[in-house]
Amino acid sequence: MSQFPPIEIKRSGWQLFLMTVIGRSYPRVVGMQRERSWLFFDVFLPLLSVAAYVFVYRAIGAPEDYVGFVVVGGAMTAFWMNVLWSMSSQLYWEKEQGNLALYIISPAPMMAILLGMAVGGLFATLLRAIAIIAVGSLIFNVTYAVSSFWQLIAVFSLSMVALYGLGMMSASVFLLLSREAWHLANLAMEPVYLVSGMYFPVKNLGFWAAAAASVIPLTLGLDAMRQLVFASGPTLGFLSVETEILILIILSVVFVTSARYLLAYVERLAVREGRLTENRR
Amino acid sequence: MSHPLAVKTENLGRIYKIRNNRKEKQRELVALENVNLEIREGELFGLLGPNGAGKTTLIKILTTLLAPTSGKAWVAGLDVTRQPAEVRKRINMVSGGETSGYGLLTVRENLWMFAQFYGIPSAEANRRIKKLAEIVGIADRLNTKSSDLSTGLRQKMNIIRGFLTDPEVLFLDEPTLGLDVGASRDVRSFIRRWMDENPHRTLLLTTHYMVEADELCDRVAIINQGRVLACDTPAHLKQNLRHEVFFQVWVVAPHLLEDFAFLQINGVKHFHQSPEEDSLRLDITLEEEAVLSEVINELTAQSARILRLEKREPTLEDVFVQLVGQRMEEVENVAVPAD
Repeated sequence: MSQFPPIEIKRSGWQLFLMTVIGRSYPRVVGMQRERSWLFFDVFLPLLSVAAYVFVYRAIGAPEDYVGFVVVGGAMTAFWMNVLWSMSSQLYWEKEQGNLALYIISPAPMMAILLGMAVGGLFATLLRAIAIIAVGSLIFNVTYAVSSFWQLIAVFSLSMVALYGLGMMSASVFLLLSREAWHLANLAMEPVYLVSGMYFPVKNLGFWAAAAASVIPLTLGLDAMRQLVFASGPTLGFLSVETEILILIILSVVFVTSARYLLAYVERLAVREGRLTENRR
Repeated sequence: MSHPLAVKTENLGRIYKIRNNRKEKQRELVALENVNLEIREGELFGLLGPNGAGKTTLIKILTTLLAPTSGKAWVAGLDVTRQPAEVRKRINMVSGGETSGYGLLTVRENLWMFAQFYGIPSAEANRRIKKLAEIVGIADRLNTKSSDLSTGLRQKMNIIRGFLTDPEVLFLDEPTLGLDVGASRDVRSFIRRWMDENPHRTLLLTTHYMVEADELCDRVAIINQGRVLACDTPAHLKQNLRHEVFFQVWVVAPHLLEDFAFLQINGVKHFHQSPEEDSLRLDITLEEEAVLSEVINELTAQSARILRLEKREPTLEDVFVQLVGQRMEEVENVAVPAD
């Protein structure tokens, strides 16, 4: 009897795409939960920043909804961190680890690999964000007044599609930048906290600054979510929720489509220049 | 009977443009030059050469990771630059010392994940993982996190990953690099069994271990500085040296011997000394056996005392020396890495 019988079925097309997404998301969905330290680093530490803003707002007598703004902003920070460190720079790390070459030589589409990373990262981060909101709301006594549950789901989903689409797009660029990608990620971290209004209503930046910041999907996503879950949200909102949903749809399409073309372009360029597995060339 | 070609290259070349910093002018490094190879379906083909010879560059081109700068290459009849997606359905690759996969996942999970990228249904993947793990002897480690594996066990996991997808053409790039003797033997035995079972499987193995190439490969191409110097069966390659005589001599000497004095002797084709624990090992190639007496005289003149003297059969290392003029380790000590 044969010890190495041939494989009778190998899926292709959309089935292979789906299997790849599930396969690549697995390390994040399951693997990341195995390191229990995430409870401390990903929940407790962000809450420290949240607490600092909460105490400042209470000290200066800001409206109580600002406390809720900060807690929601703190939770959304987790997604930005995930996109920056586990999406944008991920292909670079995969290259360093030797996985990228194996992804490329497999019949799996690279978009499916990236999507798998995104879905896995989104799921893992969702757990962390929920934990931040739950603990933060409990500690700081936040009250929510959801005006439209369906719009809230739509805004959150679109924000995530656009945000992770941005991550998929930048992953290709970071791949070409190699080690410099690390500095770029560092550079992008703190300024985004400021311009996306993580800890304050983005409207306060002024119209043009807020409009420019809207390129980052978190800005409008966060603004719309605050409008939908807090009583004073609509008065502090930048644009109407409907307008923000429309812009988020456009951003989603632009980022995901760009990711697809950029990835194909970068792969061709990297194969030509020998950059897929080498740093020194 | 003619066999279809699993791999073919035609005047294949790759030049890297490199510079160490932005201010420095770009220079060119020739990694491959006019490589013409034909590997038949069912062959276990070896690429033998020192580090930096261009073996890995060739594998990267054949596995669609790198574009050639000249010439063409086909795998399973498909052009690697024009039909990469089709080529990828038919190949897999394992490199020595690779650290692929995710440390937080178990061996089984890592292997399952890679199987998904090839469209192998989970049930089938798990069945094959179990079977292959039993064959290579890591069945009891399937639920161990891969970060907890030793180098040898990790390489066995990588080997399973390569064979799991049952590729038409498998590329093994230094698969036993860094492994101990036992683990290397296990890997070689596994490779041979896999090949023997199905005449349509083709395997391209790169190595700088002569014994490995000699033991495993149906045919071998010797490559150095990006060029293929010879390509034949190990037996035929060694047969070309049948007019020469090979000796290994172990001596104790007060200092390293003067190579030049030996190479001056008429009939000495090659002389190489390597220090061992308590002695010097000399590898000597002579045009005829009669020259040995002069070599012994020279040893005595240089105050070397002979501990052991063996006449031996030629090896692929000798073939390499004949082609390049140096032993592989000597080449590696001065080579500019092109791999």
